[in-house]
Amino acid sequence: MKIVIINYGAGNIQSIKFAIRRLGYEALLSDDPEEIRQADKVIFPGVGEASSAMKKLRASGLDKIIPTLTQPVLGICLGMQLMCHSSEEGQTEGLGIFDADVVRFSNRVKVPQIGWNQISNLKTPLFQGVGEKKHIYLVHSYYAPLTKETIAESEYDVKYSAALGKDNFYGTQFHPEKSSKVGQRILGNFLEM
Amino acid sequence: MLAKRIIPCLDIKDGRTVKGINFIDLRDAGDPVELAEFYSREGADELVFLDISATEQKRKTLAELVYHVAEKVSIPFTVGGGIGSVEDVDVLLHNGADKVSINSSAVKNPQLINDLVAKFGSQCIVVAIDAKQIGRQWKVHLVGGKVPTDLDLFEWAKEVERRGAGEILFTSMDHDGTKNGFANETLARLSTELNIPIIASGGAGTMQHFTDTFVEGKADAALAASVFHFKEIAIADLKNELKQKGIPVRI
Repeated sequence: MKIVIINYGAGNIQSIKFAIRRLGYEALLSDDPEEIRQADKVIFPGVGEASSAMKKLRASGLDKIIPTLTQPVLGICLGMQLMCHSSEEGQTEGLGIFDADVVRFSNRVKVPQIGWNQISNLKTPLFQGVGEKKHIYLVHSYYAPLTKETIAESEYDVKYSAALGKDNFYGTQFHPEKSSKVGQRILGNFLEM
Repeated sequence: MLAKRIIPCLDIKDGRTVKGINFIDLRDAGDPVELAEFYSREGADELVFLDISATEQKRKTLAELVYHVAEKVSIPFTVGGGIGSVEDVDVLLHNGADKVSINSSAVKNPQLINDLVAKFGSQCIVVAIDAKQIGRQWKVHLVGGKVPTDLDLFEWAKEVERRGAGEILFTSMDHDGTKNGFANETLARLSTELNIPIIASGGAGTMQHFTDTFVEGKADAALAASVFHFKEIAIADLKNELKQKGIPVRI
């Protein structure tokens, strides 16, 4: 199986590579549109700030490629947020795959949310074998509200999308690669789709 | 609900764990990777590695250690100790660290916080603050609490938040090593006056101390070393106890 992690200079991808290796697969880092198109599975990582990440995607033309992919695609953390319609962070347009506008948590809670929170109302094979209310690891200041594409919910300040899904596209706000056995299971489910 | 975090801290010297760690069930308790895997299995929510070595090889050894921990461990970890530049942080994150913590270098050059946040994002920048009560004031100290500064703890903590740090790791030098409990009054004030997560450190001796620091100290996470390393408290037992007290934890 050919797994490609989209390389656009977005933060720490070493942990994702290692998590994939622990599942018995190897992932390749690439920014080459052909290589990305030919992959069986595509992972779209992201750490950092939304508008500068979008700039990098536009500069490399990847913003046009990603929405046209037909194989399973998994966006992680900022990757998921960039797959949405827009983000309040840096007032940027996103890739428009998911019909959601990403907004900031209010000051009623500490921002960023850092740590282990629970997921519920799990849908799609991404969460096969994962029990309701299991803990997953998140670090984020912005979130996608609940939408009809929400496939996992979490609650911090408000109920929000811990994961989104539409056709072949999946996105998790949490880091499966850092979420111990539960995360390993979710990442494994994705790779075995 | 967001869980309160339990964080074992491992002191590292020349790539090895220090302090008389006493694990009969580990092949090599001096091996940070093996110890990290052990704590991860036990239910630790996060790990902190604090490098106390002072050799020229330090940077390279630490980067290698980070790489090997990331290879094996599927929970987040923070690396600290002598980190003083954007380049230092770049190497550590690139090798798989989730967060870095800076301390003295931030006091000496506060702009470093802004620079790191701009390049890597708030989420991976932890500022560690060591402080001691002098008279009625809490004063920030450097070099593991040995060198006092003129900085007031609360003013410095607010500045750290303003400059974009994602989290504060607060160690009370008055409580560290005493096993008499965390500095809960001060922690609660930090937690109320600031809007970023606070990690409590210094003073853990009993399971009740953890309950107290989450309830009275309003801490978001609690860090400890010797009570875990000497097996005085098993993380699994601690989490069950916290759960019974109604504190949200990951089990």
